Amino acid sequence: MKRRVVITGTGIYSCIGKNLDEVRESLYEGKSGIGVDAERKNYGFRSLLTGIVERPSLKGMLDRRARISLSEQGEYAYVATLEALKNAQIDPDYLDKNETGIFYGNDSSAKAVIEANDTVAAKKDTMLLGSEAIFRSMNSTVTMNLSTIFKLRGVNMTISAACASGSHAIGLGYIFIRDGLQDIVLCGGAQETNAYSMGSFDALSAFSVRMDEPEKASRPFDASRDGLVPSGGAASLILEEYEHAVQRGAPILAEVAGYGFSSNGANLSQPSDAGSVIAIMRALNDAGLTVKDIDYINAHATSTPQGDAFEAIAIDRVFGSCRTPVSSTKSMTGHECWMAGASEIIYSLIMMQHSFVAPNKNFEQPDEYSAKLNIVSQRLDKKIDVFLSNSFGFGGTNNALVIKKINNK
Amino acid sequence: MKREEIIKIVNEFLIEELEIEAEKIASEARLKNDLGIDSLDFVDIVVIVERNFKFKINPEEMVNVSTLNDFYDYIESKVGDR
Repeated sequence: MKRRVVITGTGIYSCIGKNLDEVRESLYEGKSGIGVDAERKNYGFRSLLTGIVERPSLKGMLDRRARISLSEQGEYAYVATLEALKNAQIDPDYLDKNETGIFYGNDSSAKAVIEANDTVAAKKDTMLLGSEAIFRSMNSTVTMNLSTIFKLRGVNMTISAACASGSHAIGLGYIFIRDGLQDIVLCGGAQETNAYSMGSFDALSAFSVRMDEPEKASRPFDASRDGLVPSGGAASLILEEYEHAVQRGAPILAEVAGYGFSSNGANLSQPSDAGSVIAIMRALNDAGLTVKDIDYINAHATSTPQGDAFEAIAIDRVFGSCRTPVSSTKSMTGHECWMAGASEIIYSLIMMQHSFVAPNKNFEQPDEYSAKLNIVSQRLDKKIDVFLSNSFGFGGTNNALVIKKINNK
Repeated sequence: MKREEIIKIVNEFLIEELEIEAEKIASEARLKNDLGIDSLDFVDIVVIVERNFKFKINPEEMVNVSTLNDFYDYIESKVGDR
């Protein structure tokens, strides 16, 4: 028999708040975290827009070895994980006595790699890189550091799946627990926000250039959208087997009901409505639910002309006449890339807990595809029992997760 | 460079950069067993010494460096006459 998987703790560090309380307020008020990074002009960026994320100060919280080995996104992930563990009522003593796993989404560590390369180019000597360069620059930098810091002894690996990395990390954590391989897994996603990490993405002219109005730059589904705004931070979730959580007396926030995935097997950068539909249907079937059961859809919609259109077609094909409320929180956060699939589960959980749908900001004029959807442009007070969250990434990797209130539907 | 100056710079980076407790710093302290300097810290010491003293440690020359005093001697042998 398949075991039930619940979420017992969450933690968030993003451009709309450094903890759950701040993020809840931003989502409720429709507050944007997007601004301009003037320094990007010196790097020849086409767009200077970015989510503004402050680096946390970890001195006094971690010893030197742990601090210097963390990449920028690793720092965010550490802070988010502290909050998630605390909310799940898991302390170091618990982690010492119980096996806990980690699946975390991360798909670059560009700053660490480029800085190391700059040092070698200048010094012509790899010995002068210092001990931390390797631990910061590998793709698995987040999981290798968090598992060491928090003494995790279960499954331990990084999921790199472009902008669906965070949500596939949750999906795999769900499968490992459901199938009895683990009782608790720390899942999440992390994304660096420095200019180094975004130059190659800017090269594709994928970013909005609405720099005179940063808060209006990210406008998913709006007819006048002109690209995404890169952003980042980290989001951590504690996934746990239901009976295990009950026995521990842990707070149960919601149940991971279904995980759907697919690969388009086609274009590197162009999404596919067909592939998206397969992932969404797979998640619904896995959850044993129908389209009518979904109270809210947190869209992947990044504010690119092409991506939003394909997702709108997919949502309309699946949900059609249901008129299910849809919003993209990227209208406030920008595109949190490797982190987005995890952070958007947390944003949606906050909405579920407080009975509102956060607005899809800047949705003023629909295009022919988004006109068919019920897009929530102003905050909507609404009870949410079940939600769907979509994530799609380069290379055609698709993900859909269905989350429901416990003992509901 | 005078020995006093070398000692001051080394002690400072051990305390400030490697975060070794000041009270543990003593000329007879053993780098590994007393100060807890491990192989990864040693990689960082190579970088810090290059930055502060403008020479690169040759690991083969460090085999006889056991105590902090040995380390002062080693650096003095490299930069003492500058």
